[in-house]
Amino acid sequence: MKRALPWIGVALLSAAPLTGMGNYPLHLMIMCLLWAFVYTSWALMGRLGMTSLGHGAFLAVGAYGVVMAWNLFGLSPWLSLPVLLAATALIAFVIGYPCFRLKIVGHYFALVTLALGEIARMVIVALRDQTGGSLGATPNTALADASWSLIALQFSSKLAWFYIVLGFWLFGLWVWTRVDRSMARLALEAISQEEDAAASIGINVTRLKLGVTVISALMTCLGGALYAQYQLYVNPETVSGIGVSLQMVFGAIAGGMFVRLGPTVGAVFTLLLAEVLRLALGHDIHGLDTTLYGLMLVLFIIFMPKGILGAATEAWNRRRAKPIAASAT
Amino acid sequence: MLALRNISAGYAGFQALFDVSLEVKAGETVAVIGPNGAGKTTLLRVISRLIDSTAGEMTMEGRRLNEVASYELVSHGIAHVPENRRLFPKLTVEENLRMGAFVPQARAHFEERLARVYRLFPRMEERRRQPAGTLSGGEQQMCAIGRALMSGPKLLLLDEPSAGLAPVVVQSIFEVVRRMSAEGYTVLIVEQNIRQVLKVATRGYLLETGRIRAAGTAAALLDTDEIKKAYLGI
Amino acid sequence: MDIFDIFLLEAIVNGVLLGGILALLALGLNLIFGVIDVVWICYAELIMIGMYTAFFLHVDYGWPLWLAFPGCTVVVAALGAALHHFVIRPVLAAEPINQLLVTGGVLFFLQGAATLAFGVEFRNIGVRLPIFEVGGMFLSLARLTAFLIALASMVGVYLFLKRTYLGTAIRAISQDRTTMPLMGVNPSRIFLITSALGGALAGVAACLLVLQYDIHPAIGLSFGPIAFLVCVLGGLGNMIGGFLAAFIFAQFISVGGYFFHLEWGYVLAFLFFIGFMFWRPQGLLGGKS
Repeated sequence: MKRALPWIGVALLSAAPLTGMGNYPLHLMIMCLLWAFVYTSWALMGRLGMTSLGHGAFLAVGAYGVVMAWNLFGLSPWLSLPVLLAATALIAFVIGYPCFRLKIVGHYFALVTLALGEIARMVIVALRDQTGGSLGATPNTALADASWSLIALQFSSKLAWFYIVLGFWLFGLWVWTRVDRSMARLALEAISQEEDAAASIGINVTRLKLGVTVISALMTCLGGALYAQYQLYVNPETVSGIGVSLQMVFGAIAGGMFVRLGPTVGAVFTLLLAEVLRLALGHDIHGLDTTLYGLMLVLFIIFMPKGILGAATEAWNRRRAKPIAASAT
Repeated sequence: MLALRNISAGYAGFQALFDVSLEVKAGETVAVIGPNGAGKTTLLRVISRLIDSTAGEMTMEGRRLNEVASYELVSHGIAHVPENRRLFPKLTVEENLRMGAFVPQARAHFEERLARVYRLFPRMEERRRQPAGTLSGGEQQMCAIGRALMSGPKLLLLDEPSAGLAPVVVQSIFEVVRRMSAEGYTVLIVEQNIRQVLKVATRGYLLETGRIRAAGTAAALLDTDEIKKAYLGI
Repeated sequence: MDIFDIFLLEAIVNGVLLGGILALLALGLNLIFGVIDVVWICYAELIMIGMYTAFFLHVDYGWPLWLAFPGCTVVVAALGAALHHFVIRPVLAAEPINQLLVTGGVLFFLQGAATLAFGVEFRNIGVRLPIFEVGGMFLSLARLTAFLIALASMVGVYLFLKRTYLGTAIRAISQDRTTMPLMGVNPSRIFLITSALGGALAGVAACLLVLQYDIHPAIGLSFGPIAFLVCVLGGLGNMIGGFLAAFIFAQFISVGGYFFHLEWGYVLAFLFFIGFMFWRPQGLLGGKS
């Protein structure tokens, strides 16, 4: 029964939009799943001790990449995405390889990735003639005549988007599980605890770290592309720079980055928080959601560093362990 | 002056001291000897309040020490020269000594105590502007002892002052201890070098696996069969 | 050719002046990191709050600048101490990355709170210092003043650290934390004082920046990352390294911005940073890596 639970959950989730919920709740679900996918990709690195503050760069490559390719060169995302993914992998490799080789970890790694994220943002702003700078950009619409365009990867139907994003979200969870179950994960945990000891027993530290980094970057890039195609609007603040990078960190940590569904919980949590605030206080209260995000991040790190789901999982495991221990004595 | 009664202490999940009682009277030089891992350093850390005791009582001149914060001990007149010297490597010799006199009561006497330390350790005066990290092992030990003396303590705790030093340097360190003893300082010294330390001490305690196994005057301890066989190879 | 040189020279001089401010920012950050071993990701936001404080004290309450500025410094110093006491202290025993992230939370919090309290419009303290000409170059008095005050502050901090008991204790604790109690020093108290000092430096920086730039809740994002990179470039925790790195970085920004567009100067500087890190990961003068 327990094994079937996740599948039942997926089935219910898949069926949800068919209940005739309005466009707005559907939009919320799409955003939740999309950001959950992105946060999960960040958490792949985060849980293994590689805290990146620059994932916004990968997000931007995906988001701005597809939009610019379409607007400037008429390239369909089908064609531009593979190129963008390759570029992302390259960037991840170029940054990651020296970092891991030179044992740049912890603070230094976080700050180097920070530089990367900021570079992305600056480049976008600097190329304002092409990218629209701080005002953002919109992909030229291909929906004038049709309600969907496969070539442009634009769909006006939220239903279609829901299933697309659902698919990617599940894909993200699958990747997580594969990385989790592989020997690589045990090795990487050993590394995050005591790198030299791990290296001394032959674990190829650099290769493993690079592998996870590239995977994480690729997924984030995909997330960025999805975001751009769905929202049909990008701007440097939303998809690059330290703001969105920290947002990813927060989402993953709040939900619990050591647990598979943790980042998803984090995404749901942060989105619902923003929504609740918007509904309760209206559009005029700028900044309240950010203030609360910040407060909660602080409180989470102090009191619940394993995140909501992580703490809940631990509490659940402790409860289940007790009767067994009692019966053993 | 210092009295420990039935002190027990340890680290997470591991007890290091069991029911230890000892005392140090004014003007005495008391040695705590024993093998590696006996708990000697733990003992000093308990006295310095770097670790909490789990049972027993410590008093200094009758005042209870168990709950005092570690950084308040200096004002109780206890100065601890830690194992491995632990000087501030990038600060100069004189700056290290200055740190020893950090507490307000000591600052007033800084100049005179500095002069006294330099008299005791002339080499420190020569090297006063050198970063402490560049000193030799023996010089570092002298600097560390000098630093502790800057607070004008009533009781000096010395943690394995001869550790890691060459034999000829060890001689000079114990010569310093002997001189301090002669000048009337009260010293509690923890050491592995049994023969040397019992030569400069008044009394001693033998600590093995966290318990006091023997106690007595230095001469008496030197004469004990146990010590002779186990530690002096006689 | 003459005109070219002058503009380039002007860019270089402006770079030096910019370097002064960056050096001040780096000093505060390096102090905190060198002593407490924590990176305050929200440092720029502390400065932002300081800028608003100076603004309100001067514009709304009519305090003259020579009162508003010290007032601002005191407020941010208190903020720094509060940050340490309420936010950093509880996580000092946790993983270092958590300490960095918790200040990330404070970053969001301060930005949001500032937006709530002050709104998103740009404000300006309205003090216009003249631009004057020196040998064909146009230099802003505001920038020059900022540079001189930054320099003076750094000298002040240097003297404090070298000549006073407290300053020596602050230097000592960054070298060996566990020995401090043996000298009768309460490490927590030193951390608190260091945090207040770091905050005070941020306050001074706020006063200098408020003379040159408009205030906005998100302005921390424009110079925050730069400040960290300067610190890491110089060797995290190394104050002299940070000082040097600040000027190098500022030259990249200024001269790069002269040859290309403004933002490219920054891009160049950041790329230089990444490249430098790969060549020398511990930074210019960094010891531990």
